Amino acid sequence: MKKPYVFNIQKYSIHDGPGIRTTFFFKGCPLSCQWCHNPESQRHEVELMYYHERCVDCGACVKACPNGANLLVDGHVSMNRVLCKACGNCVDECTMNARELVGKYYTVDELVKEAEKDQMFYEESGGGITLSGGEVMVQNMDYIEEFCRKLHRKGYSIDIDTCGFAPYENFARILPYVDTFLYDIKLMDPEKHKTYIGVNNRLILDNLIALNQAGAKINIRIPLVRGVNSSEEFIRQTIDFLRENQIRTLGFNLLPYHNTGKSKYENLDRSYADEQLKVPPQEQLEHFKQMFLDNGFQNIKIGG
Amino acid sequence: MEERGMNERIRKLRRQSLDAVAHLDMERARLMTEAYKMYEGSVSVPEMRALALKHYFSNKTLCINEGELIVGEKGDSPQGSPSFPELCCHTLQDLHVMNDRELISFKVSEDDLKYQEDVIIPYWEKRSIRNKILENMTPEWKAAYEAGIFTEFMEQRGPGHTVGSIKIYQKGYLDYQNDIKEALANLDFFNDKEALDKKAELNAMSICCDAIMILGKRYAAYARELAERTDDPQWKQDLLLIARNCDVVPAHKPETFHQALQMYWFTHLGVTSELNPWDAYSPGRLDQHVYPFYKADVDAGQLDDAKALELLECLWVKFNNQPAPPKVGITLKESSTYTDFANINTGGITPDGQDGVNDVSYLILDCMDEMRLLQPSSNVQISRKTPQKFLKRACEISRKGWGQPAFYNTDAIVQELLNAGKSLEDARRGGTSGCVETGAFGNEAYILTGYFNLPKIFELTLFDGKDMMTGKQLGPHTGDARNFQSYEELWEAYQKQVKYFLDIKLMGSNIIEKIYAEYMPAPFLSIITNDCIKKGKDYNAGGARYNTNYLQGVGIGTITDCLAAVKYNVFEQKKFTMEELLHALETNFAEDSRILNLVRNKTPKYGNDDDYADSIMRDIFEFYRSNVTGRPNMKGGTYRINMLPTTCHVYFGDVMIASANGRLAHKPVSEGISPEKGADVKGPTAVVKSCSKMDHLQTGGTLLNQKFTPAVVAGEDGLNQMANLVRTYFNMDGHHIQFNVIDRETLIQAQNHPEDYKDLIVRVAGYSDHFRNLSKALQDEIIERTEQSFH
Repeated sequence: MKKPYVFNIQKYSIHDGPGIRTTFFFKGCPLSCQWCHNPESQRHEVELMYYHERCVDCGACVKACPNGANLLVDGHVSMNRVLCKACGNCVDECTMNARELVGKYYTVDELVKEAEKDQMFYEESGGGITLSGGEVMVQNMDYIEEFCRKLHRKGYSIDIDTCGFAPYENFARILPYVDTFLYDIKLMDPEKHKTYIGVNNRLILDNLIALNQAGAKINIRIPLVRGVNSSEEFIRQTIDFLRENQIRTLGFNLLPYHNTGKSKYENLDRSYADEQLKVPPQEQLEHFKQMFLDNGFQNIKIGG
Repeated sequence: MEERGMNERIRKLRRQSLDAVAHLDMERARLMTEAYKMYEGSVSVPEMRALALKHYFSNKTLCINEGELIVGEKGDSPQGSPSFPELCCHTLQDLHVMNDRELISFKVSEDDLKYQEDVIIPYWEKRSIRNKILENMTPEWKAAYEAGIFTEFMEQRGPGHTVGSIKIYQKGYLDYQNDIKEALANLDFFNDKEALDKKAELNAMSICCDAIMILGKRYAAYARELAERTDDPQWKQDLLLIARNCDVVPAHKPETFHQALQMYWFTHLGVTSELNPWDAYSPGRLDQHVYPFYKADVDAGQLDDAKALELLECLWVKFNNQPAPPKVGITLKESSTYTDFANINTGGITPDGQDGVNDVSYLILDCMDEMRLLQPSSNVQISRKTPQKFLKRACEISRKGWGQPAFYNTDAIVQELLNAGKSLEDARRGGTSGCVETGAFGNEAYILTGYFNLPKIFELTLFDGKDMMTGKQLGPHTGDARNFQSYEELWEAYQKQVKYFLDIKLMGSNIIEKIYAEYMPAPFLSIITNDCIKKGKDYNAGGARYNTNYLQGVGIGTITDCLAAVKYNVFEQKKFTMEELLHALETNFAEDSRILNLVRNKTPKYGNDDDYADSIMRDIFEFYRSNVTGRPNMKGGTYRINMLPTTCHVYFGDVMIASANGRLAHKPVSEGISPEKGADVKGPTAVVKSCSKMDHLQTGGTLLNQKFTPAVVAGEDGLNQMANLVRTYFNMDGHHIQFNVIDRETLIQAQNHPEDYKDLIVRVAGYSDHFRNLSKALQDEIIERTEQSFH
């Protein structure tokens, strides 16, 4: 099993579960949502972010690179992503802070230590820890289980922000320690799901049913992208699914699409299909909220 | 400009306060000079000071602004500012600068200039306290002062730094005169060698009681005279009410809520006319002190919340009408603002330890929200017992973005005061004034002596005691830094330098204290400060129950990051040598972008809950604290430390070359205990955690600024978490936190188009100010403060 890497530890996280939380973002995701605003979260391995706009083509990275990944071509730095092994030698030498490694390995105890730092905030605010990604449920589960167990022993609330696309055994292993699952539903139509997200949604929906049957607390998160899933039809299908399967929900977050991830794609030298992706209008979000309310669901929030 | 105020009366008064142009008012200087010429040599110094105040209050121009319900201006009219030639005799050039400068200017007329030249300067030039101070300072003191190692608070303004107590609302000045009579009768001329001095001091206090009662009577008469003249029936009725109030206060104790506020205001005028003390004067725990009057008036059907709020708003305008005395030179740089730092504490606990929030507390929050004025500075005291509703209401106002109210930790304040030797009851009656300074209200003289430039001394340390701005050898030789083999050697050298300058500063302060005790007693302030009457001693000579001097450390964020940068990069990681670093500093990193990037971006920094840097902060703090706290002052008390800057962090940065943390030459150093700008990248909980590693309870106040983008505190969730952040910081013994909730773009717009942002108020450091009144450097500094937002 591969080593888990954390690409961000977000403190004062107030939109990933109740209270003031620390969210640990794990690198690597089995899905490939077109609208993903955290492209650095998708691949499992450590990557190099290269902020082109900060680069002054001084060439320090060319000298620093043991793999010849950086070259000065016509006075400009050119970076070969295939040759780059993300060793990080160029990061310290870059005088403009234009390079950064994404993804860092921590031992479980090191992570627990990070989590402990804001204990007083969790206790005052009813917050805790959220594990997110990428996808936390496809990481090395020995590691994740140990992390959850240690956090649980300290009395911290643990929320799991998941896309649901992982073997159910993984969920079952951490179930005793978890407070709430922040569970994504992105599309109900299996074909469309495959088109926009890269995989079939059957496993995701089955896991949701199973978690519900196991008595887990569930908060549904629905990213809404105009032109993809921001439609009455999708909301109707979602409501039907939840009702048919008698899913008990704590609440819902309707998360309108935003394109703040765009520059990250550039920094990773990847393309982004942002032209097709649009922000849904506020009235539509309000309408969706009302649909949930009309069907007896509660705690519907627009935004995080 | 946006009109604010609960009704037309208040809106008009507020508008008048904001539209009036700050100007010099020479009347006090004239009357003071007359009085000195009349009395000097024939009476004791305290009696002369008292007679001078009486002469002033007997003859000064009265001012009642139409519509106001609380009367009395310090100057001739709103924004009129008397001068204090006995403390600081302005040169003609000072007056020209004051008039012509773009920021914090005061209009000075041709007549004023002429009067200053013909009368004031010839009489006061050699007599002024400022002159006496400079004559008595050593060459080392002068050199360090001029280099910006420290500042001197008492060079143009009197010591004060104190706050009123409940006594103000419970006694009239006739009652004080009785107390004084009793103290005089108890003087022991057989055994007490100071008895005669005490007699003079007590006589002086009694004369000051006369002075303030004369002013009250004159206002009563003037209000009746105006009532005769006006055709407006409402205004006539108001004027007659004002007159009746002034028949009662200040001579007698107040009987109504309205009179209680008027009583405070007369006392405020007494303190701030006698001398020009730092931080003006403050009404103590206003909500608790005036609550009994509010309750009685409401029960009697004479007052409702709307009327009470109107009176509070009238009082707020009075505070705002009084600009800080005109400052010049370094004193202006360390406190570049019109704000005179009257600071109102709301909430907290009662003297018997119960929750202190009452109906008036909420009215005061409404008043501050409605008025949105620079003065008075308004804050809330939050204790473990404070209701969440009160905290959230305060957060709701604070997140509107203009920096008020600031949040203070009652439980920490009480422990700080207990730790400094106050009784539990006196501690619970205490609070904060000025920016963040802890004091036992009504019982303590807690004098701020000056700011101390911690990062500048590190600059000297790196260059063997030489000031790189002037090339002068200012400090002792502590060795060529290039030869230091370890971080410990560097730390050792820094400690030697700091100790050297602390001795210079404290010796100077002790001398200055004696000068004030001898030449500049404050008998009026002494009346209302426990236990001056009982002891027969002046406030400036140790008469108060507690006497503390403070030295305010500035730039702890910068100095921490400097030491961390050298320790990490030079001694541990060996990324570059000391020689290379010194070269980079001397050349402002012009040729050393690699070093600049390493120290700026790849080095542990204070403000990220990282023990590497935070433990260095603790070392510096503890070293500074242990070398100041407990040293004796000249009033029978001791020195202690505060960590706050007002605007001094801009001045202190201006006198420095580049520093080892990547701060460029002349840029501001960090303010309060906040991290260096841009250093804190892990969000507000990490900042608060880092700050809480300092032992706040060993200080007399620390200042933490947090800048949020509006989105972070939006909505009910944002509000709740803001409140939780405050609570958690306070659970960790944090002393104070304040918020700027405004986005960077707005500030940049306001800098480019000041005319469109006349109303924009921002938090500076322990106080708020109009953005347009800040220097460009300070504006930039606020824009560059790390914004806590989401990724």
